[in-house]
Amino acid sequence: MEKFEVFTGVGVPLRRSNVDTDQIIPAVYLKRITKTGFDDALFAAWRNDPEFILNQEAYKHGEVLIAGPDFGTGSSREHAVWALRDYGFKAVFSSKFADIFRGNSGKQGLVSGEITDEDTEKLWQALEANPGASITVNLVDQTATIGELSVHFEIDEYTKWRLLEGLDDIGLTLRDEQAITDFEAKREAWRPKTLPIRH
Amino acid sequence: MTNQPLTLAQKVWNDHLVAKGENGSPDLLYIDLHLVHEVTSPQAFDGLRVAGRPVRRPDLTIATEDHNTPTLEIDKPIADPISRTQIEALRSNAAEFGIRIHSLGDIDQGIVHVVGPQLGLTMPGITVVCGDSHTSTHGAFGALAMGIGTSEVEHVLATQTLPLKPFKTMAINVEGTLRPGVTAKDIILAVIAKIGTGGGQGYVLEYRGSAIRALSMEARMTICNMSIEAGARAGMIAPDQITFDYLEGRPHAPKGADWVAAVEYWKTLPSDEGAKYDTEVFLDANTLDPFVTWGTNPGQGVSLLDTVPYPTDFSDPNDKAAAERALEYMDLKPGTRMKDIRVDTVFLGSCTNSRIEDLRAAAAIVDGQKMADGIRFLVVPGSARVRLQAEAEGLDKIFKEFGAEWRFAGCSMCLGMNPDQLAAGERAASTSNRNFEGRQGKGARTHLVSPLVAAATAIRGTLSSPADLEPASQSKGGN
Repeated sequence: MEKFEVFTGVGVPLRRSNVDTDQIIPAVYLKRITKTGFDDALFAAWRNDPEFILNQEAYKHGEVLIAGPDFGTGSSREHAVWALRDYGFKAVFSSKFADIFRGNSGKQGLVSGEITDEDTEKLWQALEANPGASITVNLVDQTATIGELSVHFEIDEYTKWRLLEGLDDIGLTLRDEQAITDFEAKREAWRPKTLPIRH
Repeated sequence: MTNQPLTLAQKVWNDHLVAKGENGSPDLLYIDLHLVHEVTSPQAFDGLRVAGRPVRRPDLTIATEDHNTPTLEIDKPIADPISRTQIEALRSNAAEFGIRIHSLGDIDQGIVHVVGPQLGLTMPGITVVCGDSHTSTHGAFGALAMGIGTSEVEHVLATQTLPLKPFKTMAINVEGTLRPGVTAKDIILAVIAKIGTGGGQGYVLEYRGSAIRALSMEARMTICNMSIEAGARAGMIAPDQITFDYLEGRPHAPKGADWVAAVEYWKTLPSDEGAKYDTEVFLDANTLDPFVTWGTNPGQGVSLLDTVPYPTDFSDPNDKAAAERALEYMDLKPGTRMKDIRVDTVFLGSCTNSRIEDLRAAAAIVDGQKMADGIRFLVVPGSARVRLQAEAEGLDKIFKEFGAEWRFAGCSMCLGMNPDQLAAGERAASTSNRNFEGRQGKGARTHLVSPLVAAATAIRGTLSSPADLEPASQSKGGN
């Protein structure tokens, strides 16, 4: 995973709440077995509408998404994060994220920052007043800045550290391998085992 | 006792701690059971291959094909080449990494959340994960069960653990007795309407109270299944005699001395007297009606006796805007009686409502009845074994005589990854779990309902409950 510290890119004001992962990437795109190349699938249904924000010239190359509350709800599909990433998004802001989406994004280097509803409105207005404006995401200071306007965002300390360092989760866990082995030695006999197969 | 009283969720969490997180880092939890399916796993296996890592515990892992499989002509090669490739990838990954797999045509194939409990692999006090958000289903046994993303699937395959931040706990107290025609599905739809699709974010829900205790295991699974629709990654119900009776004798349930030891431990799991929840919610079961959704998220639901709401009914500006969008997408006028909404398709299936009790309940309603004109009714059992059981009981005949299509097991129209989809503009009464825009097909409109409402709707053609059926027609027909 690449390290993330400060990033500047085109901000996209998505004035919708409850953007579920079926909207971010419809199920028909989940048949692929690769982990990249999902840029065409992002918001696929909505992109049929010529008025949809990513179809507007100013936002075509969007890299920072500002959405309404309850972003990423529904299905656990990590493809939602891959689609945002493949399209070019580096950060998403919302006043409320679904837990699984937030977890998935942290593992793929996509910043999901929590901002207040009030700050969401301020960022929307600033971007709409100046379509195509850039927004600077500073993960170290936890700020999102458009010109004079700067808002604070929340992100949990552990995810922030991993994003700043670009660390791989499995590698981190395997440092505790002895603890896993010790735990397994004490595991009770009644706990489930899938093998050998019983019918 | 100086020990602090603990909730069910806290007990299961504590008993799976491999390493306690320090300085803001998450706890490392051991995973007892990892369920795998074709859609969220190929990239995880790829990751293992690239890093040269084996699957740490193939004996705690099981795979089944469900999301992307056809429900017709399962003996023929899958027509869609992309779907076929994905299924073949799961089969070759299972072979390469030594994982047990139940493929299309196998007697233990089916929806992953139906198969685990059916085999007796799902049990109280364990941790269960799967790359599917409806893994919360298994919480019905008093397990801590949650959906994970593909990176986490890879993590569990490699380490049999998951780094997790402790959750908050929310008690959902449902007291009273359900009226006839009101079911577990109505309870959970009412809960989601009450707390909202984000209400459970960051929480483990624990369903409690006399109405929950009275439910069968299958009904409890329906409730826990939709915890994610309230934003909660997991939902749990304390194990009791109903749980033990369901489990005993199943293929992978503990046997002999192991069974005795397990039950002894399981009896310690219910939340202690005085255990503190971060939040509590109350729902009266006595006054609950059949519940249905009118909008495009599972929180947009009302009593079947109610009308489609006006956007102005919502004070929160986001809720108001969401209602406006939903009404437009659903092509509904505010003030319309829910019972006047006409549907094209009825879908009985999905990990929410495809178990034998669901099929029995719906079959009892449609037995000897005539289906409304122009309705398409799909019945998709949750697993191959559920299908066989239903056929042994003659339920397939009842459905077929009524005019329904009797299919093979899988996720089917719940998410329309396979050919079972709605056409644009089509409207369905669906026993599944999500009414999102386009979920069941591009431009498709979904009303979430219970199996009883699905069956009554297929008879009348408009959203209905068994109470709406003519007494005369109720008594006629039958065997």
